[in-house]
Amino acid sequence: MDGSANVILSAAGIHKRFGALVVLDDIDFAMNADEAIGIVGPNGAGKTTLLSVLSGAFPPSAGTVAFRDGDVTALPATARCRLGLVRTHQVPKPFSGMTTFENVFVAASHGAGLGRDEAYEEALASLKLCGMLGVANRRAETLGLLDRKRLELARALAVRPTLLLLDEIGGGLTDGEASELVDTIKELRRRKIGIVWIEHIVHILLQVAERLICMDAGKIIADGEPQTVMADPEVVRAYLGGGPK
Amino acid sequence: MSLLAVENLVVRHGLLQAVRGVSFSIERGETLALVGANGAGKTTLLRAIAGAHQPTAGRVLLDGADITGVPSHKRVGMGVALVPEGRKLFVQMTVEENLLLGKTAGRPGDWSVERVLDTFPNLKPRRHAKTGHLSGGEQQATAIGRALMSNPELLLLDEVSLGLSPLVVDRVYASLQGLISSGTTIILVEQDLNRALSVSDKVICMLEGRVALEGPSKGMSRDEVTKAYFGLHRKSAGSVPA
Amino acid sequence: MSNQIVQGILLGGYYALIACGLSFMFSVMRIINLAHGSLAVFSAYALWWLASRFHISPFVGLLIVLPLMAAIGWVLQRFLLERSARGGALLPILTTFGLAIVIDNALFEQFGADTRSLAPYIGSLSYDSWEWPGSIYVGKLAVIMFAAAVVMLGGLQLFLTRTRLGRSIRATSEDPDTAGLVGVDARRASALAAAIAMVTVGLAGAFLGMRATFDPYTGAPQLLFAFEAAVIGGAGSLWGTLLGGIVLALAQTLGAQVHPQGFLIGGHVAFLIVLFIRLSTSGLGLRGLVRLPARKTT
Ligand SMILES: Nc1ncnc2c1ncn2[C@@H]1O[C@H](COP(=O)(O)OP(=O)(O)OP(=O)(O)O)[C@@H](O)[C@H]1O
Ligand SMILES: Nc1ncnc2c1ncn2[C@@H]1O[C@H](COP(=O)(O)OP(=O)(O)OP(=O)(O)O)[C@@H](O)[C@H]1O
Ligand SMILES: [Mg+2]
Ligand SMILES: [Mg+2]
Repeated sequence: MDGSANVILSAAGIHKRFGALVVLDDIDFAMNADEAIGIVGPNGAGKTTLLSVLSGAFPPSAGTVAFRDGDVTALPATARCRLGLVRTHQVPKPFSGMTTFENVFVAASHGAGLGRDEAYEEALASLKLCGMLGVANRRAETLGLLDRKRLELARALAVRPTLLLLDEIGGGLTDGEASELVDTIKELRRRKIGIVWIEHIVHILLQVAERLICMDAGKIIADGEPQTVMADPEVVRAYLGGGPK
Repeated sequence: MSLLAVENLVVRHGLLQAVRGVSFSIERGETLALVGANGAGKTTLLRAIAGAHQPTAGRVLLDGADITGVPSHKRVGMGVALVPEGRKLFVQMTVEENLLLGKTAGRPGDWSVERVLDTFPNLKPRRHAKTGHLSGGEQQATAIGRALMSNPELLLLDEVSLGLSPLVVDRVYASLQGLISSGTTIILVEQDLNRALSVSDKVICMLEGRVALEGPSKGMSRDEVTKAYFGLHRKSAGSVPA
Repeated sequence: MSNQIVQGILLGGYYALIACGLSFMFSVMRIINLAHGSLAVFSAYALWWLASRFHISPFVGLLIVLPLMAAIGWVLQRFLLERSARGGALLPILTTFGLAIVIDNALFEQFGADTRSLAPYIGSLSYDSWEWPGSIYVGKLAVIMFAAAVVMLGGLQLFLTRTRLGRSIRATSEDPDTAGLVGVDARRASALAAAIAMVTVGLAGAFLGMRATFDPYTGAPQLLFAFEAAVIGGAGSLWGTLLGGIVLALAQTLGAQVHPQGFLIGGHVAFLIVLFIRLSTSGLGLRGLVRLPARKTT
C-alpha cells in the first residue's frame, strides 16, 4: 500500500453488518494492478464477505470501493464484471441444465461481451487452461466438487478479467492437481492479471502470493510480506494454531 | 468379522462406470484413508456405502449382513453416517435444526447439540442462523456435527477438512482421535497425505474407479502413494484386472 | 363500510383455509395440485352423504372424513404423484389435472347435477349471528371459519418448525437425497405431507358446504380462489396465505360495492395487480413470483 498511482482496487472504511452481526469492521484495503495477494484467516473471519463487497455481490453497510480510479460502490456485480473485476464462489454456482462448455460460453459472451466466434474461442481457451476439456460436454450439475471449482475458475477467466478474486479453489486437491493449479495461476500472472486469493491451504497459496493479508473477526490483523505475516504471533494464535498435534 | 465389507462393487453414473469392481473390508475400530485423484471415484464409493447410490453389481455387507438393497435412511439407523462432499446442508434451516435432523434415526449415544457446539465453539453464536448464511468453515463444521448426531458406528467422511482453517482442522482431527479411541470405525477421504497416513490404520488409493494400492498406513511412504495416484505403482491384489 | 370490511376479513378466513392446502403442497412438495378444488368438493359430498343418509352432523362427520382425506393424500402421493414426479416437473401437474376431471365426473355420475349444501344439517349455525359494537352483525359460521383458519395455519407453522416430523418434511422438500443420508425416510415424509395437505382440504370442503352450495363442478372456481389467495400471499408462506385470503376477500367486497357484478372481478384485479408488482420488483420473473427455493441437484 504505497499509495502509488498504480492502485487498481481500493476500499476504504468498509463495514458490513448482517442484522446485529458485524462481519467487516472498518477495513481499508488497496492493491496494485499486478499484485498477487493471498488472504487467510480463521473460519468466519469475513474473508468471503470482503470479497463479496469488493465484487459487488452486495453493498457494504458503510465505506467505499474504487476500481480503476472510479467509485464503484454503487455498481452491481454485473457492471463491475464488465469493468474486469471478476470473482469465483466458495460454494460453486454453475448454471445447471447447461454443459460445462455452455457455462463458460455464456460467461464469455455475456460477461466479456464477445461476439459468437470470439466467445467460442475464449471459452475453449479457458477450459483448456483449467484442464477441463475432458468434461466440456457434461452437464454442470453432474460434475464433482473439484470440477465445479475448476469450472468457477474457467468461467471467471472467460470474462477476460483484469483482476480476479478467487475464493477457496485449492481445497481438496492432490499434490499433483495443486501444482497444476499453481501453474495455471502463474500463467495468469504472466498475463498481468491481478489476483486476490482466499485459501486455507497455505502452502499452495504461498507459491503464488507476493503479499499476504490475515483477517480475524472482521479486521485485518496482518498485511505484508508472506513469510513475515506467517510468523506474526497474532496470526499464529488466531489462524495457524500449534500445527498438527 | 469385518464391520464393513465391500465385494466387487460396480457403481455407474449413466454410462460412466465410476467405481469398477472395488473390494475391501474394514474391521471394527479401524480407520481407513481413501485417497486418489480428482474423479477417481471416492465420493461415488462412499455414497454407495451410505446407500445414496444404488450399485449395479457387487455387495455391501455390514456386520456380515447384506445391506446392498437397504435405503440410505435405514442405514443411518444401522449406524452408517456420511458427511457428504460439499456439505449438503439444509440451507433454509438453522444450525440447530440441521443438527437435530441428524438425530432422526434415534440411535442411542451421547452426541447432543450441546456437545457438537462444544466441539466446534465457532458455531455457538451462529446456532440459530440459517446455514445458507454461514461461512464455508462454519458450514463444514455443521455438516460434521450433523453426522455425529446420529451416533454412528461407521463414519464416512468425504473431504472433511475442505475449507477449514488450520486451527480448526487440528481441532477436527483431535476430535476424530477421540472418536477412534471410543471405537468408531472411520473411512475418510483426505487429500493431505501426511494427515491421511498419520490418522489411519489402512490406506486405499483409487485410480479410475479401481483400487490401485492398498495396505497398512504404517510404513507406507508418501512417494509410494503419490505414484499410485498416477497408476505408476504395481497394481496390488485388491484391484481387478482391466 | 366497516361492516363490509369485517365481513370481508372473515371471508378471507375461508379463502385462507382453501388456499392453505394448495400452498402447503406447493411449498413442501413442489406440486401444483390442480385437483385441489375437486378434492375439497369431494370432501363436502362425503359429509353431505353421511348427513343425509345417516343423519350424522357434518361436524361429527369430519371425524370420519378427515382421516379418509388423509388416507387419500397418502395413497395419492405414494402411488400417483411420486411416480409421475419421476417423469419430470410437468407430469405431476398434468396428473392432478386429469385427477380433477376424474373426480368431477365421478361425483356427477354418483350424485347427479343437483346443487347441495350442508347448511340444512348444521341447524341455526348457518344463519345465527352475533352483534358486535357498532351494530355490526357477524355470522357465527364466518367467525368459526376464521378461527379455524388461524388455528390451522398456526398449527401447521408450529408443526413444521417445532416437531421432528415437521423438520423431516422440510428437509425432504429441500433436498430429498441428503434427507435420506441423515436418516429421514423421504418417501414417508412426502406421503405424510400429502396426507396433512388433504386434511386441510377436507376441512376447507366442509366449510365450503356449510357456507354455500356445491355441485360436482364447483371444484374449479374453488381452485381459482385458492390459487389467487396463495399467490397474493406469496405461496410458500403460511401466514402470507391468511393475508392473501383477506386481501382477496376485501377486493371482492370492494368490487361488489362498485358494481353489483364486480365481486369476482374485484378479486381478479387484486390478483393481477399483486402479480404485476411481484414480477416487476423481484427481477426474477416467474421464479420470484412463487418464491420457489432452488432445489439442490445431487
Ligand atoms: N448473508 C449473511 N447473513 C448473515 N450472516 C452472514 C451472512 N454471510 C456471512 N455471514 C456471517 O458472517 C461471518 C463471516 O462470513 P464469511 O463467509 O465472510 O467468512 P469467511 O472468512 O469467508 O470464512 P470461511 O473461511 O469459513 O469461508 C460468518 O460468521 C457468517 O456466518
Ligand atoms: N452425477 C454424476 N453424473 C455423471 N457422472 C458423475 C456424476 N458424479 C460423478 N460423476 C463422475 O464419476 C467419476 C467419479 O466421481 P467421484 O465424484 O466419485 O470422484 P472423486 O474421487 O470423489 O473425485 P473428487 O476428488 O473430485 O471428489 C468422475 O468421472 C465424475 O466426473
Ligand atoms: Mg469463505
Ligand atoms: Mg469426491
